[in-house]
Amino acid sequence: MSTRPIYLDYQSTTPCDPRVLETMIPYFTEEFGNPHSRSHAYGWRAEEAVENARARVAAILKADPREVIFTSGATESNNLALKGVAHFYKAQKDHIITCMTEHKCVLDSCRHLEQEGFKITYLPVQKNGLIDLNCLREAMTDRTSLVSIMAVNNEIGVIQPLAEIGKICREKGVFFHTDAAQAVGKITLDVDAMNIDLLSLSSHKIYGPKGVGALYVRRKPRVRLVSLIDGGGQERGMRSGTLSTPLCVGLGKACEIAAAEMGPENKTLLTLRDRFYQKITAELEEVYINGDFDQRIPGNLNISFAHVEGEGLMMGIKDLAVSSGSACTSASLEPSYVLRALGVEVEMAHTSLRIGFGRFTTVEEVDLAADKIITEVRRLRDMSPLWEMSRQGIDLKSIQWAEH
Amino acid sequence: MAYSEKVIDHYENPRNVGSLDAKDEKVGTGLVGAPACGDVMKLQIKVNERGVIEDAKFKTFGCGSAIASSSLVTEWIKGKTIEEASTIKNTEIAQHLSLPPVKIHCSMLAEDAIRAAIQDYQHKKTMA
Repeated sequence: MSTRPIYLDYQSTTPCDPRVLETMIPYFTEEFGNPHSRSHAYGWRAEEAVENARARVAAILKADPREVIFTSGATESNNLALKGVAHFYKAQKDHIITCMTEHKCVLDSCRHLEQEGFKITYLPVQKNGLIDLNCLREAMTDRTSLVSIMAVNNEIGVIQPLAEIGKICREKGVFFHTDAAQAVGKITLDVDAMNIDLLSLSSHKIYGPKGVGALYVRRKPRVRLVSLIDGGGQERGMRSGTLSTPLCVGLGKACEIAAAEMGPENKTLLTLRDRFYQKITAELEEVYINGDFDQRIPGNLNISFAHVEGEGLMMGIKDLAVSSGSACTSASLEPSYVLRALGVEVEMAHTSLRIGFGRFTTVEEVDLAADKIITEVRRLRDMSPLWEMSRQGIDLKSIQWAEH
Repeated sequence: MAYSEKVIDHYENPRNVGSLDAKDEKVGTGLVGAPACGDVMKLQIKVNERGVIEDAKFKTFGCGSAIASSSLVTEWIKGKTIEEASTIKNTEIAQHLSLPPVKIHCSMLAEDAIRAAIQDYQHKKTMA
């Protein structure tokens, strides 16, 4: 066994698939041409590689390659989609709808637009983490330019009803953007069937290299954007700057593998996740799943272990690389805003772990992880005054806590 | 976050975990913090007729630094008089455990726990 911790944080990032890396390597050395050079073979060959990659990205979305532009990652794609659409259509429309559990880069882009005078509606989510379609309908006005709802949540792995959202948006003539960073390669995406007008994706979440992503921008009916980065007019003027051929090639290959292997991979992940969950729940009481259990990608579990603080637990399971919804692990002092938006109580949010399974997770790792978590939760519960009180039948809510 | 060796030692081998009989008149119980804030400490002391803390136990819900702070203070207060124990400052706890600034509140909570346990003991004594 390796001395490194077992990696169970696949929603955070993924290792580059060796097959992906292999396709990238020639483009660092021999095939170093600028894909935008039109005057010689170095450029043509790089361009061919980039266009081939673009076609592979388009294929996993069932889109036209001309609708895909390369970016530095999903954060840039989300910024470009939100700010680009908002700015282009601001004379007629100045309202955007998003939801409270979006990734920080969507929420922060919206805050930025709010400061410029745009109106933003942050839809609440239901207890299972999914938006209420009636709330979406009610929030729409004739000033709404864009609805931005993530496909799969990064903390709780729940899948939003994309086709239904897309249908509502199309009926109302509002563009639909989705942050699909956590969805590509996990769920089937079809931009036409789902009426998606803009879609952000990231390479490093799907076993591709870090530092590259893409934005799908629909051509018919055409979505127009004001660019964030100006220059040589690359990527149809929406994103200037010389493309990194090896990164684009890597993303393309990652998409190709994901499209080909998603079916069996999801089956394997589901088996691993169920095995893990059954082991945990057979041995531990008061374990709660955050977010809808069924409308969820197979590689994610977000679990609260009542009366055991998340950061304390992570310290005990340092042989496992997981993340926690507890405040102490992030720069802010508040526990996860995603869990809070589901209505998970603050105390329970402090006790949550996000466990992410992926392509290279093995049965042995899952078993070892489950055993370690069980042992450590038991040890910490024996040390927890809250566990002791709850065992004595004391209602913790009846106590006057001195919040600090 | 990198923890100091002392924090790791107390976390992995916590001293004096457990509970004393809260109804015993020689026992003072302090319960501080809040579940919503992510830390709760229960500190109990057993005081003899000479005013010396002859036993101390803790239970803590919280991060490694909170567990270490409470474990450490149980070691420190054992054998001390309640007057001596009440002079322990959070800065000494934080310094001993090399707590980073974001974890100073853990040491403050441990100081509060000592005071709360002593108060509870003294309150019981005056009621008796």
